[in-house]
Amino acid sequence: MFRYLLRRLIASVPTLIGVSILIFLAIRLVPGDAITATLGTEAGMLSDEQRASLRSYYGLDRPIVEQYFYWVGEALHGNLGLSIRQGKAVTDLIVDRFPLTLELAVMAVAIALVVGIPLGLLSAIRHNTIIDLIARLFALIGLSMPSFLVGTLIIFILSTIFHVLPNSGNYVSFAEDPSRNLQQLFFPAVTLGFAFSASVMRMTRSSMLEVLSEDYIRTARSKGLPEGRVITRHALWNALIPVVTLIGIEMGYLLGGTFIVEQLFALPGLGRLLVNAIAQREYALVQGVVLFIALNFVIINLIVDVIYSVIDPRISYGSHN
Amino acid sequence: MQKSIRLVLLVMLLALVSVIPTLAQTNTNNTLVMARAADATGLDPHTQTAFASFRLLELIYEPLVTVDKDLNLVPALAESWKFSDDAKTLTINLRKGVKFHDGSDLTSADVKATFERILNKDTKAAAAANFASIASIETPDDFTVVFNLSTADVPLLTAMSSLNAAIVTEEAAKSGDFKATAIGTGPFKLDSWVPDDKTELSANKDWWGKGLSLDGIEIRIIPDETSIVAALRAKEIDFATLGDPLVASTITDSDGLVVNKVPSISYHVLQLNPSRAPMDKLEVRQAMSCAIDRQEVLDTASLGEGTVTGPLTIPAFALPTDQLFCYTKDVAKAKELMAKAGVPDGFSIKVIAASSEPPTAISEAQTIQAQLAEIGIKVEIESLELNTYVDRWLAGDFDAAVALNGGRPDPYTMYARYWTKAGNLQKVANYIDDTLDELMAKGRAETDPKKRFDIFADFQKHLAEVAPWIWLYNGFDYSAQQSYVKGFVPNPTDSLYSFAQVTLEGKGS
Repeated sequence: MFRYLLRRLIASVPTLIGVSILIFLAIRLVPGDAITATLGTEAGMLSDEQRASLRSYYGLDRPIVEQYFYWVGEALHGNLGLSIRQGKAVTDLIVDRFPLTLELAVMAVAIALVVGIPLGLLSAIRHNTIIDLIARLFALIGLSMPSFLVGTLIIFILSTIFHVLPNSGNYVSFAEDPSRNLQQLFFPAVTLGFAFSASVMRMTRSSMLEVLSEDYIRTARSKGLPEGRVITRHALWNALIPVVTLIGIEMGYLLGGTFIVEQLFALPGLGRLLVNAIAQREYALVQGVVLFIALNFVIINLIVDVIYSVIDPRISYGSHN
Repeated sequence: MQKSIRLVLLVMLLALVSVIPTLAQTNTNNTLVMARAADATGLDPHTQTAFASFRLLELIYEPLVTVDKDLNLVPALAESWKFSDDAKTLTINLRKGVKFHDGSDLTSADVKATFERILNKDTKAAAAANFASIASIETPDDFTVVFNLSTADVPLLTAMSSLNAAIVTEEAAKSGDFKATAIGTGPFKLDSWVPDDKTELSANKDWWGKGLSLDGIEIRIIPDETSIVAALRAKEIDFATLGDPLVASTITDSDGLVVNKVPSISYHVLQLNPSRAPMDKLEVRQAMSCAIDRQEVLDTASLGEGTVTGPLTIPAFALPTDQLFCYTKDVAKAKELMAKAGVPDGFSIKVIAASSEPPTAISEAQTIQAQLAEIGIKVEIESLELNTYVDRWLAGDFDAAVALNGGRPDPYTMYARYWTKAGNLQKVANYIDDTLDELMAKGRAETDPKKRFDIFADFQKHLAEVAPWIWLYNGFDYSAQQSYVKGFVPNPTDSLYSFAQVTLEGKGS
């Protein structure tokens, strides 16, 4: 198992190198640079000489290959560079923003599981009944409503009917005030979890339906096991494998930041950091955040693999001896 | 199984219900909580160009003079000032007893060091060009500063009202270290700045001015303006600045909020590029000017939220538009001019517009497209992401551009970059003639307000007639506040400086 994980980690190195080259080139192919982006049309007040000296100050005048190797060399030493605008280290900014994004992602996934799995289960057991129909309708709505619509509706209802809005740019971290923090993240997490719970529900339902028609379920039933036990111990456990895959993928996306929800609810997460960095052409910041997101994906994939083997002992990695 | 599902649903419902009432937290203290969509981009007052930075730093740093709501110059750190008769010497008497946030006294040495920093090339100060006429600075005593100018320069004083000329300590001016701290003389001190999140300011108890009542200000960044309005409705914030007229217009009387609306000195304009054929012909530019119905552009793009304007948006200088060339749409005249220019059948041009800045740019371009089609000009709209747009704009790489350009309280500082031979944005304007250059030079040297008005009246008439640009309208700057916020005076420069006189009586009751 350990050797397998190590092999997987090493195999992910080319992926990360590929990502780093792609993002390095992509952000430079976009017209405009940090100097125009920061100064806007007012940059016209700078003379060409001033602009050139700013470009050279930020190393933007050096050949692109040289810039890349310099960046990679520094990155290997844990230095992802500086944010031009904020004058802070990119790694510090990521460390600042990541806890919020992680917390939000975990809450959203938790909500999706708490809602999605029971609904999917119920829907599969009560196949083709009114309960199934309602659950499927819920899933349809959840999948068709984009998060900006759900978020806007939540904000609108909270502010006009209840006259409250926990998220008005006054985010407090969990460490500062746990209860306030949870209140603030609850509705953004619901917004994210809503659509995801719909896909979890559908995945659970179809996977359950498939498992329930398997031979071993018939065997279990014919042994006279109580139905509840058949479903929880035999069917559900096996039906969860595709759900875990789904969660893995979704978690990867969520950890990349959830820009729309962060924007709507004024949360200082990784998504806003990245989008603002792109708008400001903060090359080092964009590269650092994207690399971090790619790393997250690699790690989550590993975790998913481990969970597979826990759920289904038949899945094992490289320990034949 | 079913039992446990019911249990789960019940727990979820309980969780939801228990969350809602505890959310209603009211701030009862005397701190003004404000929200805006964009944050400052840095703390160095001399190099900042983003309006969002100005709005924060104006509360912390102060210039020698400032402008009131009618854009008249009023004293700030300077108590009084005097130009010599030839406008080549400016003497400033400093206010006594002003303290910086670090406790040190404001003296003429700080002012001298500040302007030397601005004029130093290495500083890359945003407004350095406006102060280029300063030849030397003398400090005969602690409270007198004498600026010796290489040329007569009356607009210099207005240029000094900009945040870009805010006075900093001699120490900061010399070290140039503005990364983490902000030591000014203003009504508020910077306690903390977390970019794109939150800024905390506390009242400067030693401030020289009168009426400071707030304990502090908390500035929150809420990137989505509809969420800002929601936060106002939920009474989570006291005050907000809004940029999008469409969002501002969603606030209704029933919300119990006060919306402030003040005509902006920024102007929406269709910039032509007279270095490209056929816009190099005077008649073609004039024909385009005659074919455009400015009020219709304003009505369709901005819901009529604004005023049709000529080149100058400063109330004290703006001419009534009926005195300007072709401000009433006249298609017949436009066609006649097109024929005279040798292009009776029209031609094709591309107009660049930024997709989101201002939010109305694309609609403006579309209305103009329809109007110019009436005289046979086929307009293709290139909708560009902001930075791409800025790059093309700075390079003068366009046939025509829909733009929102910033105004200044003085006509000379507003337009010297474009309409003088030495202007550093000449390559964007791509048009200059002797009349414009001479009028600007005269306006710069003239000290008599009446004569200055006449000079700039001629300037506006001439500019509208040669039509290198087609000025459209100026919109409003919006802010919104709870009804208990009293004493805020909206300023056409968008400044929030009057927060110093704001009171919050009745907040939280």
